[in-house]
Amino acid sequence: MSILKVEKLTKSFGGLTAVSNVNMYLDQGELVGLIGPNGAGKTTLFNLLTGVYKPTAGTVTLQRGGSDQVISGLKPSTICEMGLARTFQNIRLFKDLTVLDNVRIAMHKDVRYGLLSSFLHLPSFVREEKRLKEKSLELLRVMGLEDKKDELAKNLPYGEQRHLEIARALATNPVLLLLDEPAAGMNPAETARLTELIGWIRENYKVTILLIEHDMSLVMKVCERIFVLDYGMIIANGTPAEIQSDKRVIEAYLGEDVANA
Amino acid sequence: MKVKNLMEKPAFRKFGGIIVLYAVVQLLISVGILNDYYFATIVTIGINVILAVSLNLITGFTGQFSLGHAGFMSIGAYFCAIVTLRVPGIPGFLLGMLAGGAAAAVVGLLVGLPTLRLKGDYLAIATLGMAEIIRIVFQNIEITNGAAGLSNLPKFVNWSWLFLFVAGITVLIVNFLHSSIGRACISIREDEIAAESMGINITRYKVTSFIIGAFCAGIAGALYATYFPIIKPDTFGFAKSVDILVIVVFGGLGSITGSIVGAVVLGLISMLLASWTDLRMVIYAILLIVIMIFRPQGLMGSREFSLAMLKRAGEQLNGLFHKKSKKEEN
Repeated sequence: MSILKVEKLTKSFGGLTAVSNVNMYLDQGELVGLIGPNGAGKTTLFNLLTGVYKPTAGTVTLQRGGSDQVISGLKPSTICEMGLARTFQNIRLFKDLTVLDNVRIAMHKDVRYGLLSSFLHLPSFVREEKRLKEKSLELLRVMGLEDKKDELAKNLPYGEQRHLEIARALATNPVLLLLDEPAAGMNPAETARLTELIGWIRENYKVTILLIEHDMSLVMKVCERIFVLDYGMIIANGTPAEIQSDKRVIEAYLGEDVANA
Repeated sequence: MKVKNLMEKPAFRKFGGIIVLYAVVQLLISVGILNDYYFATIVTIGINVILAVSLNLITGFTGQFSLGHAGFMSIGAYFCAIVTLRVPGIPGFLLGMLAGGAAAAVVGLLVGLPTLRLKGDYLAIATLGMAEIIRIVFQNIEITNGAAGLSNLPKFVNWSWLFLFVAGITVLIVNFLHSSIGRACISIREDEIAAESMGINITRYKVTSFIIGAFCAGIAGALYATYFPIIKPDTFGFAKSVDILVIVVFGGLGSITGSIVGAVVLGLISMLLASWTDLRMVIYAILLIVIMIFRPQGLMGSREFSLAMLKRAGEQLNGLFHKKSKKEEN
């Protein structure tokens, strides 16, 4: 059962077609990788899925609760409400806010009090804030950030900032999680820990994951299926083993990595 | 012992300071130390606190650069004056306050919806234009008596009313900022794309913050029109908008206590300089330049003033002192 269906998705910037006629699907509970050389259009594809860019053509359909909903063309906040969350390649935390606030903000769409309660701090406010805080702290505990809850996000070390981005995305309670180079800039030990964490998150949060990654050790280890993007087009789709032996992929970009693997 | 118990109560820790402030000023007024001249300065400061806190909500917390705050203030002032000139007594005053705030909020909604799609400088220019349009409208319609303005306005504002409105609005805005909606507004300042991707409807919360800010500026204008006997379109020109922005930047964008301190300090400076009419603006400007060179983030930065902060500063001083005495021992 596909949770996400992408059909003939195209995005042009002026004369440049960054994403061209992309078809892909994700099944419920899958962990799928999206790889490709620099400039292949991976992040553009993420931006199309999450509504940051509006597609030139094609549709994205998200299935939730048994019904299909076309999400292409909707606002990012609406798409997030429907259960699609993401992290960013060039970390986009709320830098001057605390770790706890970063996570709490992502829970805003589920908050059950209104403007009046916000001004007057009525009992409903107190109850709900307590719930938010507990839920946030639980997420931070999972990501190993609980004792840093009062630090400003910008003061965290790089690796922890990446973890906080994942915690924040999970706080929106997603059915589909898009991770944009979660291991970028991490050392091998950190990457290994992250690899484990990603698998654990999928099991425990029952979430489907699509991740962009250049670190092949991570991709080949955790992903069940891989899409390869080159010049905005999907050139291959298969298991890690199939991808490693795919001639077009090797030609396009994997050559050296596979030789070394 | 009893006093100590009282001080430990959370309600006292939250509101004790401002209640003491109220009592002290009330006492000074009733024994005649604070005469009408000083009280006029206090009213101006109080109005500026509301203006600065509400502009800080829009610019310092939500990150939307608005240059039209005086426009909302003028709407509040004129709507309130029109009401108080027709409805007598305290009901007229309260109705006028409400009308002033509500009218400014409605205009805030009408202006905010189209302009808040703009970013940075463009929004600043659009809001500036909006304030000018409002000023020119008031200058040219009959009910506001054109450029001469409205005069012989009844006076209602005393220290208690002023305090009620200034403290009340400040507390409400601080509460708002510590709610989920408030945090959503702050996340827009931090990173619009990230906020959107985390499910925050950024247009909605930009407009929300803008309307709340406009409402408060309307109340500030209404207070103006119920203390000072005359209002003219010129009072609420571009210069007034800049004055408010200066207070906010001076105190620190994103710090409510900074806005309050900014309004008080700048209000006192301008009172002290009142006797040097010619040099006043020059000295004022030099002071601002010096502050911006040495503290570009404003007096408070984006932090809030708190007793804990005083305590930390005390401990640091203490630490320095101890280090010194240790050295002396050696």
